[in-house]
Amino acid sequence: MSEIPGETKMAETTGKPRARGGFDIAHLLLEGRAFFALIAIIAIFSYLSPNYATIGNFLIMANHVAIFGLLAIGMLLVILNGGIDLSVGSVLGLSGVVAGYLMQGVELEWAGVILYPPVWAVVILTIGVGAFVGMVNGVLIAWFKVPAFVATLGTLYVARGVGLLMTNGLTFNKLSGTEALGNRGFEWLGFNRIAGVPIGVIVLTLVALIAGFLLMRTAFGRWLYSSGGNERAAELSGVPVRRVQVLVYMLSGVCAAIAGLVLSSQLTSAGPTAGFTYELTAIAAVVIGGAALTGGRGTVRGTMLGAFVIGFLSDGLVIIGVSSYWQTVFTGAVIVLAVLLNSIQYGGSGKRG
Amino acid sequence: MQTGEVVLAARDVSKSFGAVQALRAVNFDVHRGQVTTLFGENGAGKSTLMKILSGVQRPSGGEIVLEGRPITLNSTVEARQHGISIIHQELSLSPNMNVRDNIFIGREIMGATGVNFAEEERQTAALMRELEEDIDPLTPVEDLRLGQQQIVEIARALSVKSRILIMDEPTSALSATEVEVLFKVIRDLKARGVSIVYISHHLEEALQITDHAVVLRDGEMTANAPRAEIDLEWIVRHMVGEKYDLGTPPTGHEMGAPALTLRGLCVPQGSGLAVDRLNLEVRAGEVVCIYGLMGAGRTEMMECVAGRLRPSAGEILLHGTDIAHLTIAQRIAAGLVLVPEDRQRDGLVQTMSVGGNLSLASITRFTKRFMTNRRAEAAIVEASIRDVTVKTDGPDAPIGALSGGNQQKVVIGKMLATHPSVVLLDEPSRGIDIGAKGEVFRILAERAKQGMAVIYTTSEVGECLAIAHRIIVMRRGRIVAEFGADTTKEAIMAASGEARVA
Repeated sequence: MSEIPGETKMAETTGKPRARGGFDIAHLLLEGRAFFALIAIIAIFSYLSPNYATIGNFLIMANHVAIFGLLAIGMLLVILNGGIDLSVGSVLGLSGVVAGYLMQGVELEWAGVILYPPVWAVVILTIGVGAFVGMVNGVLIAWFKVPAFVATLGTLYVARGVGLLMTNGLTFNKLSGTEALGNRGFEWLGFNRIAGVPIGVIVLTLVALIAGFLLMRTAFGRWLYSSGGNERAAELSGVPVRRVQVLVYMLSGVCAAIAGLVLSSQLTSAGPTAGFTYELTAIAAVVIGGAALTGGRGTVRGTMLGAFVIGFLSDGLVIIGVSSYWQTVFTGAVIVLAVLLNSIQYGGSGKRG
Repeated sequence: MQTGEVVLAARDVSKSFGAVQALRAVNFDVHRGQVTTLFGENGAGKSTLMKILSGVQRPSGGEIVLEGRPITLNSTVEARQHGISIIHQELSLSPNMNVRDNIFIGREIMGATGVNFAEEERQTAALMRELEEDIDPLTPVEDLRLGQQQIVEIARALSVKSRILIMDEPTSALSATEVEVLFKVIRDLKARGVSIVYISHHLEEALQITDHAVVLRDGEMTANAPRAEIDLEWIVRHMVGEKYDLGTPPTGHEMGAPALTLRGLCVPQGSGLAVDRLNLEVRAGEVVCIYGLMGAGRTEMMECVAGRLRPSAGEILLHGTDIAHLTIAQRIAAGLVLVPEDRQRDGLVQTMSVGGNLSLASITRFTKRFMTNRRAEAAIVEASIRDVTVKTDGPDAPIGALSGGNQQKVVIGKMLATHPSVVLLDEPSRGIDIGAKGEVFRILAERAKQGMAVIYTTSEVGECLAIAHRIIVMRRGRIVAEFGADTTKEAIMAASGEARVA
């Protein structure tokens, strides 16, 4: 057994040109696996249920996907950096609570007034909270060298705990605001539609486009891919690896906060337990989308496909009336299959021929 | 059974990976109780052949004959059962475990109450005595120097009582004295009838120990002769197919003002100093070679100048300005770059393409308001590929598809693309073949002529005498000698404190 690490290393470093078939079906299927999986899911459920393949249902499902999708984009940035962010589910919950808290009005006892911030201010402040938690993660990881898994596990607990403390374990219900106080419009994010498309889906699309642009067309994207692929080499090439790392966790926090806003707006309530275990779904979406957990490989397009695979699969199972216990089993199986295909694609096993 | 008789043979062995033919009908004999050295450039197929002989890979054609009987090797375990062991170029030790456990990993000696640690420890201690290495069997491997780790690896192969031992670049991390010990061990092994297959880039060293030489080029065996009939020139001629030349110091240009000045530079290491009050001045257009053994402080000095390590005292002046407080990125912008020693660990981003790697250090040159300009990047990449003559399918080819020499050129090209005025190269020739070495030195000499200050380190004396105007010998963090280009190998080696090899 002891030779195995040596073997794989040798395979990497001998620099033998790898055999690359020009056009071959297996390769194509492997590359586009998330896409083909999505097509298969849509085809199967359309066959099983007449209600599945309708525009209305697609938009409803897409609105569900929006929450996971937003988390998954933030998670993708972190995973590209070679890290992991377990705190996103908690940050989602905390953001909803903060938004709810601000919408109820902030009583300033010393001044004897209650402040009702307008909705845009609530949105900005909530996103600020997400960015702050992300910054704490980033600083712990980049400057204090705390392993990402542990640092974000810690903030997972802290953020959830703060959310529970702020609400005493209860749920904020009145998020719609009042005309007189000038803070109406919070439910707009969750309920409104533009040209029939839910705002949540539009938000997801925008965030995905921005993230895609960030990765493909900016210096930051290049820094991120290189520091995730080989941090030491990136550092010696002048990449500000620590700043990139902090920024990546901040962006992940921001994505989680946006998801929290969309979710609490969809529900017009904000509970401290919202987003429980969502971080795992986000990781699953990124992995199904073909990103490597070791960093440096992955795309926004793949991650979006991954999020849609998970969302369309679980909603489809609901529609055809499969028990939610089975849904859990199916989702798990899809994740394992995805990881398996990842290791085949990135040559996890050293032996060839 | 007689010494010199063929014990293991490859007959018409071929190996292809997809469309790439790595080995073409190679015949290779291993003689009992003798050393057979396999020479060849990177990518010539040496490693592939060794992997086939040790059961890591299976041949696509031909057969392997052990003592006259054809055998098939499906795994390293099977090979080991036949008495064939391999010591890989890259160490395969578990750094967190101690020497004893590494040696007996996977074949622990079992007693009535579980693993018999006392017996394992006794055998380990015996092996260490045999190898003349003063290592406590209970030392964690991560606390050992690289050379000592190599010794542990060798001890592990010895402990399985191999009849045929394959050593892939065993000396690349060893100091001269450790090489002496290794050679003594090899002679002892020969006397016991163990056959050795030896691979090394260090040709002179290999010539001292070998009994037979086999040369591979592009997957084919080009020559094969006993030691008595060959010399260095013969090997090189068959390896590269032409006479090689590492170049001469560039002339015909004016040396400029001092480009890099180090004054009293100290770099801490543990409780001591890796670099001890070092003074150095390199002028624009000058090529300086720094020679020294492993642990002489060369790498620490370079990493400190480049900004990865912090100095504990002293000044680093670039064109007269102190840069000691600048970040790595700021130093690159100021014109000072480092090509690191270990290109896999510090030089390349394996997940990116050739182009992505080449442009990595000059991102700011094709970025405006945070946006990258693809056309400008493509121009930089194209120019780099031409400049340092990288042989590749194109900028989008994966970096792993290149040979070692071309990967090294990518790392050098990446740093040269930033238009530096001072370039530091730590062991630029490590693990690359002679043809690529010559090209690397030619590129550096050209840049020096255009006014760049070039400082490179090497562990091979022959390379000091290539393009350097000045040769500086380091020992225990200090400069102990300085020579001009007209010096001799012997003088340099004597100054470095190296026990003279041959």
